Amino acid sequence: MIPLHWYLVLAAVLFLIGVLGFFLKRNIITLLLSVEIMLNAVNLTFVAFSSQHGLISGQIFVFFVLVVAAAEAAVGLALVIAMFRNRESLNVDRSNLLKW
Amino acid sequence: MDFSNWLWLIPISPLLGAVINGILGRRLSKSVIGIIGAGTVALSFVISLGAFLQMLQAPASAMPIIRNYFVWIQAGEFHANFGFLLDHLSGLMILIVTGVGFLIHVYSTGYMHDDSGFYRFFAYLNLFMFSMLTLVLANNYLLMFVGWEGVGLCSYLLIGFWFGKKSATDAGKKAFIVNRVGDFGFILATMLIFWTFKSVDYGQVFAAAASFPLEPLGMIGTVTAICLLMFVGATGKSAQIPLYVWLPDAMEGPTPVSALIHAATMVTAGVYMIARSASLFDRAPGALLVVACVGAGTAIFAASIALVQTDIKKVLAYSTVSQLGYMFLACGAGAYAVGVFHLMTHAFFKALLFLGAGSVIHGMGGIQDIEKMGGLRHKMPWTFRTFLVGTLAIAGIPGLAGFFSKDMILAAAWESPNYGHILWAVGLLTAGFTSFYMFRLLILTFFGEARYTHHDVHHVHESPASMLIPLVILAIGSIGGGYLNIPGYLGFESAESASSSMEHLLMAASIAAALTGLAVAWLFYVARPEWPARIASGADAFYSILTHKYYIDEIYDAIIVLPLLVTSREFLWKIVDTLMIDGTVNGIGQVIRSSADGLRHMQSGYVRTYAAWILAGGVLVIAWFLR
Amino acid sequence: MIQILFFFFAALAVGAAINVLAQKHVLYSSLALIVMLTAVSALFILLQAEFLAVINVIVYAGAIMVLFVFVIMLLNLPADPAGEDGSDRLRWLKLIGIPLGIFLLLMVGATVWNVSNSTNATQMTGTAQAIGQSLFTDYLLPFELTSLLILIALMGAVVFAKKDL
Repeated sequence: MIPLHWYLVLAAVLFLIGVLGFFLKRNIITLLLSVEIMLNAVNLTFVAFSSQHGLISGQIFVFFVLVVAAAEAAVGLALVIAMFRNRESLNVDRSNLLKW
Repeated sequence: MDFSNWLWLIPISPLLGAVINGILGRRLSKSVIGIIGAGTVALSFVISLGAFLQMLQAPASAMPIIRNYFVWIQAGEFHANFGFLLDHLSGLMILIVTGVGFLIHVYSTGYMHDDSGFYRFFAYLNLFMFSMLTLVLANNYLLMFVGWEGVGLCSYLLIGFWFGKKSATDAGKKAFIVNRVGDFGFILATMLIFWTFKSVDYGQVFAAAASFPLEPLGMIGTVTAICLLMFVGATGKSAQIPLYVWLPDAMEGPTPVSALIHAATMVTAGVYMIARSASLFDRAPGALLVVACVGAGTAIFAASIALVQTDIKKVLAYSTVSQLGYMFLACGAGAYAVGVFHLMTHAFFKALLFLGAGSVIHGMGGIQDIEKMGGLRHKMPWTFRTFLVGTLAIAGIPGLAGFFSKDMILAAAWESPNYGHILWAVGLLTAGFTSFYMFRLLILTFFGEARYTHHDVHHVHESPASMLIPLVILAIGSIGGGYLNIPGYLGFESAESASSSMEHLLMAASIAAALTGLAVAWLFYVARPEWPARIASGADAFYSILTHKYYIDEIYDAIIVLPLLVTSREFLWKIVDTLMIDGTVNGIGQVIRSSADGLRHMQSGYVRTYAAWILAGGVLVIAWFLR
Repeated sequence: MIQILFFFFAALAVGAAINVLAQKHVLYSSLALIVMLTAVSALFILLQAEFLAVINVIVYAGAIMVLFVFVIMLLNLPADPAGEDGSDRLRWLKLIGIPLGIFLLLMVGATVWNVSNSTNATQMTGTAQAIGQSLFTDYLLPFELTSLLILIALMGAVVFAKKDL
């Protein structure tokens, strides 16, 4: 029997990795990948709790997270393509036109 | 019909006229404006007359008639009604105000006929009537003050009527500001009255004052302080020393304004106030002495200036100041009714003189300098005749109204307990001066050779009937006004009258003064016209002091006006307003701008920085919830 | 036994996640992410959520990551690390972010350490039937809305990626 908190700690570690990746890396696609890591970590938490309490709604929620992640990845990548076309670079720091 | 129920209409009727003329006047024809303007005053006059006659027949127990219309202020202990009081004094005042006012309104329809601000003039004039009537009908000091302020405002509006002229607007400002100084005294007096008597209502105050002890001379007790402060207000409104300086400048306004406001009605408000507060003043002989001395001093002071003035209206203005001094002298001598009597006769002949002067100015096409006039009695016969009546009245020639009132004043001054004889002497000398300068004015204007050229004045003509008829009516009043026993009606009994031989001696002295003035004037300007110029060049310094009005305006300028201006400009404006207040307000704006300028660097545009912020915020929130 | 599996897949997941960040070329990062997704799917199976495990592999690893790979291919990135041009202007972020992240981890970890197990853990089944039953009755409306969402995302992606708008 695996204690619940192992899963939760694992998910927290994965989440941390995702967060760190998000603002340590400069490549846009790597940012998107880090977001996927984070979402996955959250999915793991949901499933762990759902298994813990015996409620199916946790897994339903994961289902929806998956759908949203798919949509977001699609649109995000389209944006990346558009940005790359304009700037010839995938450096996120190049896209700072909204500065003061 | 019970006229006392219609008291409220007496001031409200001209107020309605003012509103209608003020709002709709631009679209109305001149005759309609004139009818509204004069008609509303006529209505007030009719009601006043009815109420007055009714009051004469009423038993003494029904007096005074008080009508409280509504409770105006009720704040803790302070209670002030909007109420009117009709007794002998206010009844007489409303008759004078509405009667003379009506005549002047009629006169104005002719005088101001060619002016583009015709409707505005009548609106202001009616507004003035409303304020003045409120002042005299009020039954408490606070409502009187409302009227007091109102007449001050209308005076400002009317003096500066021709607002395109800088001298006119300056004069209006001067009048208002100097009045304000006096009003400050009045306000303090009202507060002191409330503090002492716990009420501002006439009935309550006078009833309570009767039980106050008599305050000895030289000691300034509470009642003396109240009376002195009220007198300060009176010096402002009624142009006594030291606050008379606005009245000569007020001649910038149209002549009907000078006649109505600065001769017959507004300037008498101070006298009315003192007469009304007789119960208070009776308890403060010190204040009465001050009133008498200031009145007498002003009378001779102003008369001396009038001796050498060459503007027809300025002579009459200083004459007004001088005659007001007489009224205060009478009140100061305890003979309030005599002062009011002189108020009434003065209203008649001074209004007459001013309107006559207006007629002369109108006929001469705007010239006001008497050195440029002469021989007008042939060209303007009716103006001349009525002006002659007015001059005789003011000089105190026996038979006309002025003689009766002036003589009673001098008699009362003689009887006055403190310095009575000195006051009498000053009054007598002033009477001589008055006679002299008035006849000088008459002779130089109407007699002799014409000193104007056809180039200056194209066509000297007599004034239209709308202007002449009021002159005639006022002349009749100047003659007959003295025969009504006004002092007796007002309750005056010459209780401490001297022996009848003394009375006759005093009367002879005043007649002598009047005739002496007439003789000297005839001598200087008819028989020996070269003497005035010789005397003037001989007593050069003294003469120039007189023509420069004792340099009072210049002194006030240097002592009061200039320091105030310098303080305002250098300190209050440049330092307090620009540096401190603007600095604070702008400073707040600047602080916000600077802090925003610093904070905007948060928006770096880098996604990763934003992510870091999100992380930091998220950590904070989670830490808060997990604590 | 089950614990060995758990540790194995947990280590694989964490290692793959770190690999995502460590790789120079973004294509290799994507492949590392695929490995992580597979490991997480295995963990789902350990938690008796079979349906989700399979869906995770098919949708996430199979569709989304393939999309990533296709985009990377489309962008025709050169061999050297694309995007890492010049020095990092925001170096200070590392100083702030890493301690913050570790702090977050410790906080969460300290909190969940004491979460106790409940007793009815084994009653749960994450079969397709169970999920389907709940999805098409209780959660029907969100389900329909997600179809709308996908439609919008589809249109958005097409519009953004066009050469001439």
